[in-house]
Amino acid sequence: MTLFTPTSEAEAAQLVADLALTGKPVTIQGGATRAGFGRPIQTEATISTKAISGITLHEPAELVIAARGGTTVAEIEAVLAAKNQMLPFEPMDHRALFGTSGEPTIGGVVAGNHSGPRRIQAGACRDSLIGVRLVNGRGEAIKSGGRVMKNVTGLDLAKLVTGSWGTLGLLTEVTFKVLPRPERSLTLLIKNLDDARAAAALSAALGSPFEPTAAAHLPAGLSRPVARTILRLEGFSVSLEYRIAQLRALLAGYGEIIVLEGEDSSGLWRGIRDVEFLAAPEDAAIWRISTAPTRAPGMVAGIAAAVPRARWFYDWGGGLVWLAVPPGGDAAATTVRAAVATAGGHATLVRGPREVRASIDVFQPLGALAAVTGGIKTSFDPGRIFEPGRMYAGV
Amino acid sequence: MSAIAFPAPDLSIIRRRPEILAGLAALVPAEALITAEDELRPYESDALTAFRKMPLAVVLPSTTEEVAAVLKFCSQAGVPVVPRGAGTSLVGGSTPQEDAVVIGVAKMSRILDIDYANRTARVQAGVTNLAITGAVQAEGFFYAPDPSSQLACSIGGNIAMNSGGAHCLKYGVTTNNILGLKLVLLNGDVVEIGGDHLDMPGFDMLGLLIGSEGQLGIVTEATVRILRSAEGARPVLFGFPKPELAGEAVAAIIGAGIIPVAMEYMDKMAIAICEDFAKAGYPMDAEALLIIEVEGSEQEMDDQLVRIIEIAKRHGVTTVRESKSAMETAAIWKGRKSAFGATGKIADYICMDGTIPTGQLPYVLKRIDELVTHYGLRVANVFHAGDGNLHPLVLYDISDPVERQKAEDCGLDILRLCVEVGGCLTGEHGVGVEKRDLMTVQFNKADLDQQMRVRAVFDPAWLLNPAKVFPLEGRIAA
Repeated sequence: MTLFTPTSEAEAAQLVADLALTGKPVTIQGGATRAGFGRPIQTEATISTKAISGITLHEPAELVIAARGGTTVAEIEAVLAAKNQMLPFEPMDHRALFGTSGEPTIGGVVAGNHSGPRRIQAGACRDSLIGVRLVNGRGEAIKSGGRVMKNVTGLDLAKLVTGSWGTLGLLTEVTFKVLPRPERSLTLLIKNLDDARAAAALSAALGSPFEPTAAAHLPAGLSRPVARTILRLEGFSVSLEYRIAQLRALLAGYGEIIVLEGEDSSGLWRGIRDVEFLAAPEDAAIWRISTAPTRAPGMVAGIAAAVPRARWFYDWGGGLVWLAVPPGGDAAATTVRAAVATAGGHATLVRGPREVRASIDVFQPLGALAAVTGGIKTSFDPGRIFEPGRMYAGV
Repeated sequence: MSAIAFPAPDLSIIRRRPEILAGLAALVPAEALITAEDELRPYESDALTAFRKMPLAVVLPSTTEEVAAVLKFCSQAGVPVVPRGAGTSLVGGSTPQEDAVVIGVAKMSRILDIDYANRTARVQAGVTNLAITGAVQAEGFFYAPDPSSQLACSIGGNIAMNSGGAHCLKYGVTTNNILGLKLVLLNGDVVEIGGDHLDMPGFDMLGLLIGSEGQLGIVTEATVRILRSAEGARPVLFGFPKPELAGEAVAAIIGAGIIPVAMEYMDKMAIAICEDFAKAGYPMDAEALLIIEVEGSEQEMDDQLVRIIEIAKRHGVTTVRESKSAMETAAIWKGRKSAFGATGKIADYICMDGTIPTGQLPYVLKRIDELVTHYGLRVANVFHAGDGNLHPLVLYDISDPVERQKAEDCGLDILRLCVEVGGCLTGEHGVGVEKRDLMTVQFNKADLDQQMRVRAVFDPAWLLNPAKVFPLEGRIAA
């Protein structure tokens, strides 16, 4: 096993060009905090992006930041925070789930399109990403997009590579539009709703003009005995007082609204973002399912009826289900896939035993898009040297 | 732009026209196939009227199945296809060519399903942008991207070009507001991409397809996000004595953590043209105008405006005028959204669409002024100030070939300037024919080759909208 640590895009491009000649597959590694994600693959070589690091541009008045792929998320968030700004999409940190320690990198965030609770209002990682530089499987350094937030020049390859898990290229630089940090952030909590009532409450709030920036439901028994349905409001203080009052009236039929602020509020959303509520027991398999919010409770009820000891919670207004199941057998893959096929959407086994990940579809099967997906892989990486099979066999 | 070449028409295809028409006639009802010269005439150009080409035929299918049958037939017959929405492209995105069949989706204009609880709507590709909002506004919802042509332009065209609008500072552009597509591939296969849930599995083909300018397939249906409208919206006019003061005010507003839903800029010439057209009460004595719109309850809007006005005052604002009624609001936006049309009434113009880093605004405005003066022309500047998307309208007289050439050269120089300062050729109109030959200014060979290799996965023989986006030289097929 060889570890390469190129220090620049040019070095990385030369390295990949050399590796492409030999056809040797490589793993791309940022902070290695998500190493257990995806189908298990073995490669002789690993390229670390650690030394391709550093913030290359931050123009606070233009709401833009750019950083090399190996830059840590912590560094970027600190630089933004100093100017009272933030990454809009709240990138998930997988260390709690995977029990890993390193520092997540921004390249890794883009490679997985990791987005947190604010995704429903501010978009996913791919929506904030306005430019990329990457090395493709030919060893060519290429760019797509740029540093301006409105840009329709040419094919949007930046979005295409977001969430491709390194299978299309090695990200050397990424550029985001950012947002001002809200003056104030707080949480509205309603207790004791079942999943279906919670979905209805979240839907009512998200269909209101009061713009919650996050909406989630934690069923009873998930770290607390009572169910918690929560909404996050962010903005200027005057505005929030008004919105609290309006939402109290709108949601009066669902129960009393309790307002949480400070760490009581932010800690809750961090826990949801990072799936801390399901991290233990550490051997549980974790599924991530995206579906339409109103269909989620029925889908989950169906899974729960078939899978003993399943535990779950909802983010994204009810449309994102995090589900923990016992790791035995196929880690409930057959049940989950059937339920998702009925409800519509997609499911990913985020955490699971290696042998399970080797034997089932970890990512949602591609169906009719398999041929095009293979073609796109070939167009970037004809020798199939980048993370071959990490997402799909042959890709 | 008459200098921009089209690929030479394939005479062997033109000679086969009778059999091609017969083949198409077998696939769609007679009323969906247009072949007579006088009936083809309206399709010979889009809104970039400098380019006119008569296509072999125009097909206006009513179903996805018909689109699939026609595409399959054309691909098997080796006949190029030009997809068309409502024909409002400003860059020649749907300019036909003599050896091509135009497939227009305008007849597919139904809203198929509205799901308020999940905040989505499923619509056919030919539905107009504004019709989506029209279908949901009684329930208090809207579809966010709002290109100025929204009354006429189709969602299919918006998807092809990744259209923006005045309100994307807060709500994003088309690609941020689409959850699913039904796509017909060149071989006639129909695939579903995404759905009515957030994010799609596998590679982000939604991101790839949106903005692909009809070169990867034809979209026949889309699932769009609909949003609940704010309780109220109020545009406010801010007149400044100098353009750079307006630019500085924009930066200061963003710097203060305020993201208004829209921040639109007009220079003196644009103010005069639009005021004459819309009678919106724009300040005629100002050198630069910002239209800043805030949203929310009355109290929230008041609160935001206090902050914004305070900043504007620090930057020398001379006029502040809030809309006091729905009628005034409509007039203010009518003026802005009619900027192109109103300009067209006083002169011929070339509309540019580059985006620049907003910090470069004062420099770029000065350089545009110098360029226009150098060519002996006039310019009206309107743009989306919050995101740096410029629309300089270079005025000229189309009947004067020398002046026309100057205007074209001036436009290209302005776009080169946008790229030079770190921006791009097009922020929301697309590349089309118009900027095709400038792609090498923004991208190097490796960048373009990668794009073309991805394109080739969908269309290795260059049959889909082939005259557009990529320079004719150096094209690769696989």
